[in-house]
Amino acid sequence: MIYLKLFLSFLQIGLFSIGGGYAAMPLIQQLIVEQNQWLTMTEFTDLITIAEMTPGPIAINSATFVGTRIAGLGGALIATLGCVLPSFIIVLTLAKLYYIYKNLTIVQGILGGLRPVVVAMIASAGLSILITAFWGEGKITSILDINYLAVGLFLIGLFILKKFKPNPIYVMLGCGIIGMIIYSII
Amino acid sequence: MKKNLKLYWTLFYSTFYLSAFTFGGGFVIIPLMKKRFVDDRKWIENEEMLDLIAIAQSSPGAIAVNASIIMGYRIGGIPGSLIATLGTVLPPLIIISIISFFYTAFRDNTYVSALLKGMQSGVAAVIIDVVLTMAGGIIKEKRIISIIMMVGAFVATFFFNVNVAYIILICGAIGAFLTLREEKTRRRVK
Repeated sequence: MIYLKLFLSFLQIGLFSIGGGYAAMPLIQQLIVEQNQWLTMTEFTDLITIAEMTPGPIAINSATFVGTRIAGLGGALIATLGCVLPSFIIVLTLAKLYYIYKNLTIVQGILGGLRPVVVAMIASAGLSILITAFWGEGKITSILDINYLAVGLFLIGLFILKKFKPNPIYVMLGCGIIGMIIYSII
Repeated sequence: MKKNLKLYWTLFYSTFYLSAFTFGGGFVIIPLMKKRFVDDRKWIENEEMLDLIAIAQSSPGAIAVNASIIMGYRIGGIPGSLIATLGTVLPPLIIISIISFFYTAFRDNTYVSALLKGMQSGVAAVIIDVVLTMAGGIIKEKRIISIIMMVGAFVATFFFNVNVAYIILICGAIGAFLTLREEKTRRRVK
């Protein structure tokens, strides 16, 4: 019974979280904290912190966290499955349609209109992360509060990426390790 | 069959590896996927990649998962998409299961939080690098309307927090309308 409830709740989260990531948070909170009371608000805040500190989408992280707490590993698996299933069906349907109709002029037109949007979305997400790295908490306060180490790491990282085109993961890890050394000395 | 197995293994390994390093939200995985599937493996064309991201972005659910489903489908059909999804979901599933046991100790560790703070700058550099390359591609097309839509969509999301679904609907509609109109004028000329 608890498995079914978990599955259905995360099915809803998977189905209605459009726009990904942070857009899904209010819905998760509503279902997990208020409706089913599987987590307290403090535990929910902790969950968001963990989700930000670890890889993986917030929805999947919540599914695993709540599932484990409520019904062990089986619960985590069921909740994750519920979360992924709607995406799976919808994305595959759209992908099929894309490959059947992609040569139609009108589809070409729609996709032509969407390409600049995709770039804009990535730019917007990138700038938000940049601001969090430079100022913390996602807000520009004053130029004086800027974290110079973060700016330096960013510029070096960008330079290396442009110049040598390495695997981006090495740049991320490299910045992390240099940051760990310097931040823990200060 | 043997060739298929190898393809599936590469797909699983790539998505698992990428997902394990996707700190900071779904959009981070897209530059990594582009690098792996478009630049290194040459499995997908750059323009097709942008179309697939648009589909992943306009479907419900986590962007990283949606992107894996569609890349997997493109590379290895339905089995490919199942394998790519599994590869993407496993790292967070394993990591969160472990962390939920040791959460407090993990959060209060100075080295862990310093490492994560440093990685933020690296993540920002990776995304900005991809944005510069992609925006350069759009600008080189020299279609004024594309450039206006790119800047407009950026202002709408970043400064005004407009729901992504509306932006996608509006820009898709503008794209369709413009192509149909061009088609008509072209026919008239003939």
